[in-house]
Amino acid sequence: MRESIANLGRLGLFGLQILANLTPQRGSFADLMRQLYVVGARSVPIVAFGGAFVGLVMSLQGYRTLSTFGASNALGTLLGLSLYRELGPVLAALLFCGRAGSSMAAELGLMRTTDQITALAMMAIDPVRKAVVPRFLAGVIAMPILTAVFCAFAILGGYVQAVWVLGLDPGHYWSALQGSVSLGEDYAQAFVKSAVFGAVLSLISTYAGYHAPPTIEGTSRATTDAVVQGSLMILFLDFLLSALFY
Amino acid sequence: MKLEIGVGAFIVLGFACALALAFASTDARGRLGGESYRLNARSSNLGELKLRAPVKIAGVKIGEVAAITLDPVAHDAVVTLNISRVAGDLSSDSSASIFTAGLLGERYVAIAPGGDVDALADGDEIIYTQSAIVLENLIGKYMFGNAKSPDAAAKPAPAPATPEEK
Repeated sequence: MRESIANLGRLGLFGLQILANLTPQRGSFADLMRQLYVVGARSVPIVAFGGAFVGLVMSLQGYRTLSTFGASNALGTLLGLSLYRELGPVLAALLFCGRAGSSMAAELGLMRTTDQITALAMMAIDPVRKAVVPRFLAGVIAMPILTAVFCAFAILGGYVQAVWVLGLDPGHYWSALQGSVSLGEDYAQAFVKSAVFGAVLSLISTYAGYHAPPTIEGTSRATTDAVVQGSLMILFLDFLLSALFY
Repeated sequence: MKLEIGVGAFIVLGFACALALAFASTDARGRLGGESYRLNARSSNLGELKLRAPVKIAGVKIGEVAAITLDPVAHDAVVTLNISRVAGDLSSDSSASIFTAGLLGERYVAIAPGGDVDALADGDEIIYTQSAIVLENLIGKYMFGNAKSPDAAAKPAPAPATPEEK
């Protein structure tokens, strides 16, 4: 019990250390670009495919249930509200956690095991500033972008399933969607949620990797911890943020 | 080089998705209106009229409900409507009614134009209003309205369960 509270404290202090090192320096932009590529650009395929399939299946299941009430025209409403309010940020964050969170933790754990972090410290380069801060910032920047990609592909997937396969009228689909999703309340808050998820996920993944014991087992445990704890934290924060917003 | 192209394409894709979503899947177009002015209307029962419910003339949306307040003296509901200038001038004897979209849909305000030469200005009140039709009142009228018909003298009228509303 005391160990987990101490762990939480270390996590918070690590977060403060990252925030203190956020000031840009020479060369930090190149590091950020590299991490944006690794963390963000290379996560687009999984997020896009995941979004498309989520849209397809939600459209299918939603149509089946709504048509028992004769309300199949409300499919756009169902898809839009559930995507923007809950599924978009949460599922994109879970996919991101599985892909980019685990890779961040593994890279930092490997740097710790092969003494690269010690080498940086010996060259008077702050390892947190050099290795951790670009990954953290890349996660915070990439997460809302990935959520936008996820939602776009999910809505397109829902359209394909509803109109081409199930025979719903496209006008009903788009008008129900546009009428029920509010720009300020639903759309904007999806991005606020995803930015928070990105920050928390990046913090947990980089913490797990940076403080991993410098052994092979330590690195693999750090990767697992990053994904498991990150996923649980996303679900918990999603509930918290939804309770705050709505 | 491949790195920068990758990151650039990623960011462009994200913003393109976000913009496309904002216009194709939210009510953004409905919110970007032109000039508008405000009119008030009083009603004895609003039904389930909500904020930002549409205001329609001849079925075309020309505004929204901006505010709903209760007059503590007369105990009437005072509804403030945002009317777009696109709707032109409304004569001062226009009437506002609260209808339902579809059978059990959401409430909206329908304005029927009148014939007066004077036009309503910003801040004026629509005098002729019709309150919302509440389902329970209709059922009550049906149940207790039978007591007035000649058949009711033969059989006892049903005992009133709740006091009938105005």
